[in-house]
Amino acid sequence: MATTYRTCPASGLQFEAQAEKLMKWNAVAAVLWLLVGGITAIGVIMTRWPAFKLLPPDQFYLILTAHGIDMLLCWIIFFEMAVLYFASSTLLRCRLATPMLGWVQFWLMVVGSIMTNVAIFQGESSVMFTSYVPMQAAPHFYLGLILFAVGALIGCFIFLGTLAVAKKDKTYTGSIPMVTFGALTATIIAIFTILTGAGILVPTFFWSVGLIKEIDPQLYRMVWWGLGHSSQQINVAAHVSIWYLIPAIVIGAKPLSEKVSRGAFLLYILFLQLASAHHLLSDPGMSAEWKVLNTSYFMYFAVMASMIHGFTVPGAVEAAMRRKGFTNGTFEWLRKAPWGNPAFAGMFISLVSFGFLGGISGVVLGTEQINMLMHNTFYVPGHFHTTVVTGTTLAFMAVTYLLVPTLFKREMIHPKLCQIQPYLFGIAMSITGLVMMGAGTLGVSRRHWDMAFQGAPFTYEWPGAAMLMMGMTGFFGVVTIIGGGLWIYLVVGSLLWGKKLDGGQYVDKPTPIPAATPAASASHHGSDHVAVPGTVVLALTLFVAFVLYYYVNWKYLSEVWLLS
Amino acid sequence: MAENDDDVPFMQKLLDSYYVLTVIGVLSPTILYTLWGIVDIMNTPLAK
Ligand code: HEM
Ligand SMILES: [Cu+2]
Repeated sequence: MATTYRTCPASGLQFEAQAEKLMKWNAVAAVLWLLVGGITAIGVIMTRWPAFKLLPPDQFYLILTAHGIDMLLCWIIFFEMAVLYFASSTLLRCRLATPMLGWVQFWLMVVGSIMTNVAIFQGESSVMFTSYVPMQAAPHFYLGLILFAVGALIGCFIFLGTLAVAKKDKTYTGSIPMVTFGALTATIIAIFTILTGAGILVPTFFWSVGLIKEIDPQLYRMVWWGLGHSSQQINVAAHVSIWYLIPAIVIGAKPLSEKVSRGAFLLYILFLQLASAHHLLSDPGMSAEWKVLNTSYFMYFAVMASMIHGFTVPGAVEAAMRRKGFTNGTFEWLRKAPWGNPAFAGMFISLVSFGFLGGISGVVLGTEQINMLMHNTFYVPGHFHTTVVTGTTLAFMAVTYLLVPTLFKREMIHPKLCQIQPYLFGIAMSITGLVMMGAGTLGVSRRHWDMAFQGAPFTYEWPGAAMLMMGMTGFFGVVTIIGGGLWIYLVVGSLLWGKKLDGGQYVDKPTPIPAATPAASASHHGSDHVAVPGTVVLALTLFVAFVLYYYVNWKYLSEVWLLS
Repeated sequence: MAENDDDVPFMQKLLDSYYVLTVIGVLSPTILYTLWGIVDIMNTPLAK
């Protein structure tokens, strides 16, 4: 099929015309959903902030449903579609397989996401994003989700098809680049996720229109979490790919060992999705063997993979900085890293926050015994705001600072504000996550409109610390929303008013990668065999933090059950 | 890169075969999580 290509003169990245349009449209849709999700976050946070308690209960649950869906599904998955087009067509410098289907992907997701939102805002579908049966939403709530998922599935197949095109046209030699391999991992997990999701949402849709009499609640929970958990693992694979991409582009970093990093992605493919079982640790009906194997033995392989990435990404940064001559002491490389580059800063904060906060709290929640302390408390959203927000969302925000000039051909407006934004958003959300976890440890429930239990026959006196932490959640949550709003303003503002940049000529053939450009770094092969003492210290710090925190929770458990 | 297939180590061949990876990545959780989970639920006795 005839198409054209342009090579961005600044970055050397090549954009095929159709893929370029699809990336832009999906990215713009993602940003618009982040805007909606951010507005709903105001309602959520101002209601859970005890001093304000903004919304009445029915509106709170409506808004919380919208917040979960619009953030977790709409914002993230639209952005991931753009990432898939980028990691295939752009990094492999080939045409996109079946661009027409790309538009089917996009419009199905647009129609589906709007349909589900209409259902939510009509008020009859405040079932939270988990939509546990026997709670029932309006039929178009489920139908919208199904259309959205079919769209995303098409996106996955286009990605695989594009890999085949690149192979056939020999646009790359050897293995696909690391970043593309990470995107492949995300795609594979996505295919399982979406098929599983269809397996439960399609029957639930029929149930909502009366064609099926009953859906077994336990079966629903089990299959649903195959979707709910695995979709988070798509995000992990996608943002880890971006962690590799950004230092490659910004400072020419190479993985410490491609072999090991790819092996870690393989562990994701094999094991990450099994950890879905950690959502059912308190569920009757599932056998101990099933819980133990899926959440312990198998999950630890996936955790190990994340620890490998968590080591090799900063290791790659350290190696690249040391090659540039920042070799003094253990940490000169870290002090002199490009902290003023918002893409780099966002990526590094994402890495640290995901590792220290999201990772450690995730392993704690995934351990059956200590899970019992925090199950269904505010700890849970605290945990996942440090994975999917400071981890995934911040990584996506960071890479956008690179994409706006090269993909949208616009200079970012307000460079100073751009520099501040990742710190504002990343640090505020890390604190929000921490205090949410603190409140949860003291027993505050998630998804709860009234922690004071007004009018209940039994009253419960919260410790002052719980109220304090809920207040801090409110305050830092609002600061995070400001940081997110700032990003939306900077990105949309740049698309509208940013200085136009030269995007390169359109030609009708793919071109080879220009040497010594960011494009070459983004898809090069090879490893950096440099000693990385600083990263070793960082990794040991993580390990010590983990051991101490693990101990605290076990100690706490023994006190709850009066075993000590 | 090695044109001759025999020069490529097994692990690299596996990591390069994205269709094989897709199949194992979908089958492994379907069996270990979903199907096994369904068996567990079916074996739960009903309350009398
Ligand atoms: C911008 C700042 C944000 C703030 C202040 C915020 C705040 C909150 C709070 C306080 C809750 C818990 C409500 C409760 O359980 O009672 C919550 C739930 C949630 N948030 Fe956020 N959030 C933000 C951004 C995000 C982002 C970017 C995502 C995803 C990418 C996200 C995904 C979710 C999900 C999935 C839930 C769970 C909803 C449920 O329990 O059904 N949030 N958010
Ligand atoms: Cu999970």
